[in-house]
Amino acid sequence: SVSPGDTSVLAGLYGPAEAKVSKELPDRAALEVLLRPKVGLPGVLERSREQLLRQTCEAVVLGVLHPRTAISLVLQVLSDAGSLLSCCLNAACMALLDAGLPLTALFCGVTCALQPDGTILLDPTARQEQDARAILTFAIASSERKVLMATTKGSCSVEEMQQCLAAAQRAANIIFQFYRDSVRRRYSKS
Amino acid sequence: MAAERGMAAEALVGQVVLPGDLLLLPAHYDEDAEGERLRLSAGAAPQGRLLCGPGLRRSGAGLLVTKCGLLRHRPGGGGAYWVDSQQKRYVPVKGDHVIGIVTAKAGDVFRLDVGGSEPASLSYLAFEGATKRNRPNVQVGDVIYGQFVVANKDMEPEMVCIDSSGKSSGMGIIGQDGFLFKVSLGLIRKLLAPKCEIIKELSQLYPFELVLGMNGRIWVKAGTVQQTLIIVNILEACEYMTAEQRKEALAKLSGN
Repeated sequence: SVSPGDTSVLAGLYGPAEAKVSKELPDRAALEVLLRPKVGLPGVLERSREQLLRQTCEAVVLGVLHPRTAISLVLQVLSDAGSLLSCCLNAACMALLDAGLPLTALFCGVTCALQPDGTILLDPTARQEQDARAILTFAIASSERKVLMATTKGSCSVEEMQQCLAAAQRAANIIFQFYRDSVRRRYSKS
Repeated sequence: MAAERGMAAEALVGQVVLPGDLLLLPAHYDEDAEGERLRLSAGAAPQGRLLCGPGLRRSGAGLLVTKCGLLRHRPGGGGAYWVDSQQKRYVPVKGDHVIGIVTAKAGDVFRLDVGGSEPASLSYLAFEGATKRNRPNVQVGDVIYGQFVVANKDMEPEMVCIDSSGKSSGMGIIGQDGFLFKVSLGLIRKLLAPKCEIIKELSQLYPFELVLGMNGRIWVKAGTVQQTLIIVNILEACEYMTAEQRKEALAKLSGN
């Protein structure tokens, strides 16, 4: 489970497993993401987040090595105190890493909140998200910090978006270093 | 582009590598290295082709890491690089010896569950001494030790219980008693390494029979049920124990 501050998401990855005939793809693995909220049944918001996560994961997973299989990623929200989508992205990446699926790159999620006065806040809390003018979430790949996914809630100008993107790319370095340290700790035990 | 981000492969041997890391090989420091054949640098005599093992993929300037783990290198015969990663899900590979469980009989072919994404198939003629008249006595639910002859991403995996000369060499149906359990693939590789201390230490405790499948399955049979369960618990715990903790646990058990 990954938790920046108090937001916490538990991720489980199953695969490559046998796919149902209706869902299998002939040349690549069929990736499925299930996001379960802390309370209540999954609604439209969870479905749209699942699609964003699925498209991000499909961009990095080498599905061609496992055709006609199904890879399921299940995310359970344990607590939500802001920046939920980027927490889900980080949890998804760690799950892919831990399971040993072949990846072309790693990715991380960073959320930026744009305050009414123009300042940029990274990883906002729920309170800061409510007060913000716009919230931008980026999924950034480890290879040359390319952007895999960007989603915006609220309105902002193009320059402000570019500034948020630059800040997010800088923050991504810290997250990738955290990935590297966790993996090092894991392999140092054996 | 990728050249600044790539690191020399030799520098990272024995270190943790993450997917997306690019490894540069000595040949590509020269201007006239070709993409097709990997050649060692001008000073050394050409020794053959470099092998790119699990966890690595050829990509233009060098090797792209696709799994996280420790980078390993074997210098003999042109050299080989691979990534030692910890995984629990098995992907069938040709030549691997695995333990499968018979789930169905479809005409002349048995379907076996080997823990991969598809059931493997095993023909009834692929046993030692099997003919059309003399069929092997295999029932649904039997445990079988065999090796893969066909295992790629495009086709259903196929297993046999004889080797290339027609002898069974330990493969075939595994007997009635005993205990089958699953561990991670890394532990199996550790147990199969040439000088494995775990097996030697366990054999001093009680005599037992052991079958290791590369798909993470282990079958154990000892004198009594209690001894079998003790060995199962030690093998499962070996994954997380250090060598000293293991010796302590075994000393306590042999003392009792």
